[in-house]
Amino acid sequence: MFAYIVRRVLATIPVMAFVALFVFSLLYIAPGDPAAVIAGDQATPEDVERIRASLGLDRPFLIRFGEWVWRILQGDLGVSIFTNLPVSTMIQQRIEPTLSLMIITLILAVSVAIPMGVIAAWKQGTVVDRTVMGFAVLGFSVPVFVVGYVLAYVFALELDWVPVQGYTPIKQGFFPWFQNLILPAIALGTVYIALIARITRATMLEVLQQDYIRTARAKGAGQRNILFLHALKNAAVPIVTVIGIGIALLIGGAVVTESVFAIPGLGRLTVDAILRRDYPVIQGVVLLFSFVYVLVNLMIDLLYTILDPRIRY
Amino acid sequence: MDRRNFLKASAGVAALAGTAGVSAPALSQGAAARTLRFVPQANLANFDPIWGTQYVVRNAAALVWDTLYGFDDKLEAKRQMVESEEVSSDGKVWTFRLRDGLMWHDGAKVTAADCVASLNRWAVRDGMGQMIRAIQEELVAVDDRTFRWRLKAPYPKMLLALGKNNTPMAFMMPERIARTDPFQQVTEFVGSGPMRFVRNEWVPGARAVFTRFEQYVPRNEPPSWLAGGKRMGVDRIEWIIMPDPATASAALMNGEIDWWETPLTDLIPALRRNRNVRVDIADPLGNIGSFRFNHLHAPFNDVRARRAVAMVLNQEDYMRAVVGDDRALWQTLPSFFTPGTPLYTEAGGDILKGPRNVEAARALLREAGYNGQPITVLVGQDQAPLKAMGEVTNALLRSIGMNVDFVATDWGTVGQRRASKSPPGQGGWHIFHTWHAGADCINPAAYLALRAHGDGAWFGWPKDDAVEAARDKWFAAPDVAAEKAAVAEMNAAAMSHMTYAPTGFYKTYQAWRSNVTGIVGGPLPFFWGVNKS
Repeated sequence: MFAYIVRRVLATIPVMAFVALFVFSLLYIAPGDPAAVIAGDQATPEDVERIRASLGLDRPFLIRFGEWVWRILQGDLGVSIFTNLPVSTMIQQRIEPTLSLMIITLILAVSVAIPMGVIAAWKQGTVVDRTVMGFAVLGFSVPVFVVGYVLAYVFALELDWVPVQGYTPIKQGFFPWFQNLILPAIALGTVYIALIARITRATMLEVLQQDYIRTARAKGAGQRNILFLHALKNAAVPIVTVIGIGIALLIGGAVVTESVFAIPGLGRLTVDAILRRDYPVIQGVVLLFSFVYVLVNLMIDLLYTILDPRIRY
Repeated sequence: MDRRNFLKASAGVAALAGTAGVSAPALSQGAAARTLRFVPQANLANFDPIWGTQYVVRNAAALVWDTLYGFDDKLEAKRQMVESEEVSSDGKVWTFRLRDGLMWHDGAKVTAADCVASLNRWAVRDGMGQMIRAIQEELVAVDDRTFRWRLKAPYPKMLLALGKNNTPMAFMMPERIARTDPFQQVTEFVGSGPMRFVRNEWVPGARAVFTRFEQYVPRNEPPSWLAGGKRMGVDRIEWIIMPDPATASAALMNGEIDWWETPLTDLIPALRRNRNVRVDIADPLGNIGSFRFNHLHAPFNDVRARRAVAMVLNQEDYMRAVVGDDRALWQTLPSFFTPGTPLYTEAGGDILKGPRNVEAARALLREAGYNGQPITVLVGQDQAPLKAMGEVTNALLRSIGMNVDFVATDWGTVGQRRASKSPPGQGGWHIFHTWHAGADCINPAAYLALRAHGDGAWFGWPKDDAVEAARDKWFAAPDVAAEKAAVAEMNAAAMSHMTYAPTGFYKTYQAWRSNVTGIVGGPLPFFWGVNKS
């Protein structure tokens, strides 16, 4: 197992290297010019040229790429073209809201979606099943921003239970922190709940047909035990896989959710950086997201061995 | 339902909720009254008003850095940091004396040497500053409070240059900061303005915070735009960046923010229905919509092709697309200059007036030798006014038989591509859309877009000696009558040459909570005199 973990960790190095090369190349060939954005509309072409030169954007691709990689290897993500702040500082400023949002969404989604899927499978073909599946279809179909606006209207403007927007750091108290995040988490979690509920139902239906379930029933095991101890445990591998894949959904959804609820997180940082062509920031954030995604996949692979002892690495 | 309609609908419903008396979150009333929460037009991504000339940077900078002179609401430059000035009889030597008691935020005294360094840095980046540098003999500090600018030739527009609100404004910084290369960002944000910048609370893209500078000594005159006494009515100003207009609208109605600089026009009816929200014109000087021709390449290197397009250009179509049917917000503009300002003129503007003549335009286009080649039109889809104008231009060009290559892209890409002088089929362009702040178009001083000096001109690189000659006359004009004559001549020449196509004049709204008082319309948000109860 230890050897496997080491191998997997080492395997992330070429993956990250590829991501780095891909992101850098993509930004290099993408149109757009941060110097033009900085200079503003009244600037002359000569001003834009001088700013471009001062930022080093007029240098050849290989030199810029080489310097960037060298800095990355030293743990330096570079400095934002616009703010003049280190990219690591900007990420540090923004990571807490995004992390908070993702954790709450994950907890919410898993705790709602798995029981929903289990119950739908148990009550297959009934109104309960159809309601759960109807919700799942709705969850997939309605865009995150629409869910966000509706929630904000009902719970913030109409009922005045929570603020419309913003973020309160957790160090200022759990309740204000939670109050700011609950609506975004529901909005972001809707599609995630739908995804997990559907896969849970499908997998549970398959497992519930297995002989050992019939045996458990014959032995007089209670329904709750059958569903949650025998069936769910054996259905867990695909469910956990989907939860892992869903992390990518969360990262993508966070961009929209953070805009709708004015949360100063990494999603908004990414969008702002893309619109301004703030290359070091885009590169830093994409690298971070890729690393998180690779790490989540590794954790899920390791989780398989706990969920299913037959799996050996 | 598209997203825009959805926003309108949700904001409308939100407005009903607001009028029904949705209460604000519980806050300490004293602290809340001393803090003004403001949603600016854009993200404050950098904070050097000389290095980065975006309006949002200038607007924030006006809180932190003071100027020697400031424009008032009559568009006149008034003394601000300066106590007195003296100009020699030949107009070549300007001597300025600073007010007593001016302090930097770090506690040091403002000196003439600081101002000399600041002016040196500003003059590298500013158009008028460059003109002064070109005739400068010396700029020196005479003593702690006096500095002198000796020129080789008179420069009658000196005070205008030092007090104008066009970017980059001549902000004063401590000498050690002002010595920074004008093409590099400053790393210290120490000014002598009425508010300090709280650097450790700055989260670019999310928030910027300013606190009152207790040692600031305001002038005795009442405040008027950038002139007069800048007395702060609040202790703390928080700039909160909100990219989503529906969220900002809901936050304003819910009392989570106090002032929103640029509400979406579509959301104004909903905001008006909320009894806790006030709405008014943000800037009486408004904006001039425009699209620019590339004068280097056919067909628009021929004035007849440019005039053919102008002959069918219907500004009403553009304005309704940009700001809708609210007539308080727009007017047609047979001029390149800002309506309602002293030098406004419609000389030569007949081509944009009266019924549009499609047949005559087609004939003129044929005369110009247009042979059906693709016309590359760059449209930044992420900027609502540009997207709207682009759609109208597309229809307009097609109406006279042009083959439009509509390049729907983002503003960042337009910003890069418009700088290309290559042929349109090889990465260049024929037309791109933009707008000009009305404050930049009140006279030729900072009106880069109207210059026609070829290679050095703004994107599109128009060249017309008559336009430039009229501009020179304005700079040399000894009085207002001469200035008016020069501007009329410039307008007529630019219309004849069709330097660029003005698509109309429009304004936007701003909105604030009813417990906030003292907000005035102007080319930038003025925070002095604003109080919150």
